[in-house]
Amino acid sequence: MLEIIEEGSGPLFMDPDADKAREFFKKKSRTLVPKVMSVKEAVEKFVHDGEYLAIGGFGANRIPTAICHEIVRQGRKNMAFAGHTSTHDFQILAAGEVFDRCDIAYIIGLEARGLSPNARRYMESGKVQSCEWTNYAMACRFKAAAAGVSFMPARNVMGTDTFKKSAAKIAKCPFTGKKYILYPALWPDVSAIHVHEADVYGNARIKGISIADLELARASKHLILTTERLVPNEYIRSDPTSTVIPYYLVDAVCEVPYGSYPGNMPYEYFSDEEHLRLWLTKEKNPDEFKEFLNEYIYGTKDFNEYLELCGGIERINNLRAVEHNIDIKR
Amino acid sequence: MAEYNTMELMICAAARELENGATVAVGTGAPCAATMLAQKTGAPDLVIIFEAGGIAPLLPTMPISVGDSRTFYKAVMASGMCDVMETMARGIVDYCFLGGAQIDMYGNINSTVIGDWENPKVRLPGSGGANDFGSMAWKTMIITVQDKRRFVEKVDFITTPGYLNGPGAREEAGLAPGTGPHKVITNMAVLGYDDETKRMRVESIHKGYTFEDVQENVSFELLKAPKIVETPEPTLDELRILREEVDPDGYIIGR
Repeated sequence: MLEIIEEGSGPLFMDPDADKAREFFKKKSRTLVPKVMSVKEAVEKFVHDGEYLAIGGFGANRIPTAICHEIVRQGRKNMAFAGHTSTHDFQILAAGEVFDRCDIAYIIGLEARGLSPNARRYMESGKVQSCEWTNYAMACRFKAAAAGVSFMPARNVMGTDTFKKSAAKIAKCPFTGKKYILYPALWPDVSAIHVHEADVYGNARIKGISIADLELARASKHLILTTERLVPNEYIRSDPTSTVIPYYLVDAVCEVPYGSYPGNMPYEYFSDEEHLRLWLTKEKNPDEFKEFLNEYIYGTKDFNEYLELCGGIERINNLRAVEHNIDIKR
Repeated sequence: MAEYNTMELMICAAARELENGATVAVGTGAPCAATMLAQKTGAPDLVIIFEAGGIAPLLPTMPISVGDSRTFYKAVMASGMCDVMETMARGIVDYCFLGGAQIDMYGNINSTVIGDWENPKVRLPGSGGANDFGSMAWKTMIITVQDKRRFVEKVDFITTPGYLNGPGAREEAGLAPGTGPHKVITNMAVLGYDDETKRMRVESIHKGYTFEDVQENVSFELLKAPKIVETPEPTLDELRILREEVDPDGYIIGR
């Protein structure tokens, strides 16, 4: 037995038992079948009230924006959310008041762009039960789940209030006697990740940094992929080194070109800073923000309509130029 | 003498703290500018690392996000968060830069809440990668403007560990020995930490300020280094590179 020295007082929203996760994965289909569907259908099928949700990417970089919109559009409620490296994704989900439990590593902020007034109001409203972690702590929780074990030791967080408000434990290493913090495995009910390329079965490629998505994909009970492009299975098989997510982890594949907009998609298009600023500006006034949401999310039937409102292909082409021409001499 | 503003001075002072060949984990903003400046002046082989996975990029311009595509532009590797944090856990990352809403005399940082955690006056983003950096990098650096609301007697919430409550506290808590706060670069001074007490001390003061000025803009008692010097002013070369190559749009330096 590990000797437990100290425990955080935060709530543990999900069961870290590896055997229960194995029971789930035992039944998950491994059949190689096409899983292509619309974003609407994917959310209807795999995202349910009360479940634990995680979103891949890094806040406003390679995020599955269309899925976040659709979750809000379909009015999902009482979910738990992994607030891990979350910025614009968090902003969208907070706008829909989708979750009432939150594991917090990074929320509310949009990095150097400032804090989301609406997300702040929501988190200060008392409607959300929270537990504190860090970006690496949450990555460790996904990593433990991906490894099929119930916890992962690490060397951060000890001695802080972040620990006190977490659901982690500090234990003595059975080999060295030194203290380690143990992070409980986290198997989200459903996650959504945006990728560059996927085939119809869900074999997927990501270009650039992976953030914690490789761990998250393997930890998730259900996984929705949105992809910039659908590619043939032969293309995937021609270079298996490039596959980072194998098909049997995936439940739905949705082709959503420009799907990380207004976020950055590496090697494709840069973030739309003007549109992200518009969100922050509209949020200052709750009434104006409500109108904004009605126009941009509730009033649009899908992500393409949202893109059109934001300037459509012309806007995207500008952002493609920003992404690709960053080396141009001034 | 060259003319410069406070932000330019802070960035230049921070850049000089980074020696060639060191590894440094950064965020966006002033720390990133300082790191880019160091790379273009005294430390061409500085290894810049971003928490989302960017390793040793040749930064073309200032990133907006620590996960945007610039953070791995012409990098040696586009990796992931676990790899970066575990590189830090293995002791390969020399410096990290952090920010925060509050800091105390032991260098503990709050970026979680203002007021009570249960019932906050202001809810802030939380740790993000800050605690990971501050726990596991060898030396933690901060660049910030100083005032009494930011430099407080007691932070409302210890998000990221400094020296906690004094000598030996980090090791006692379980954090790796030899890690901890290193420098705080403010608009008035460069502060370090006293070896024996692990409390913040004044090491150099920028031109035009006195020790009293520095002390008056902090809510706790500052210690003095054995010899307090005047912070060297930015050179014309540093300022030119900073303005023309590091931040030509003036996002950070405000020009």
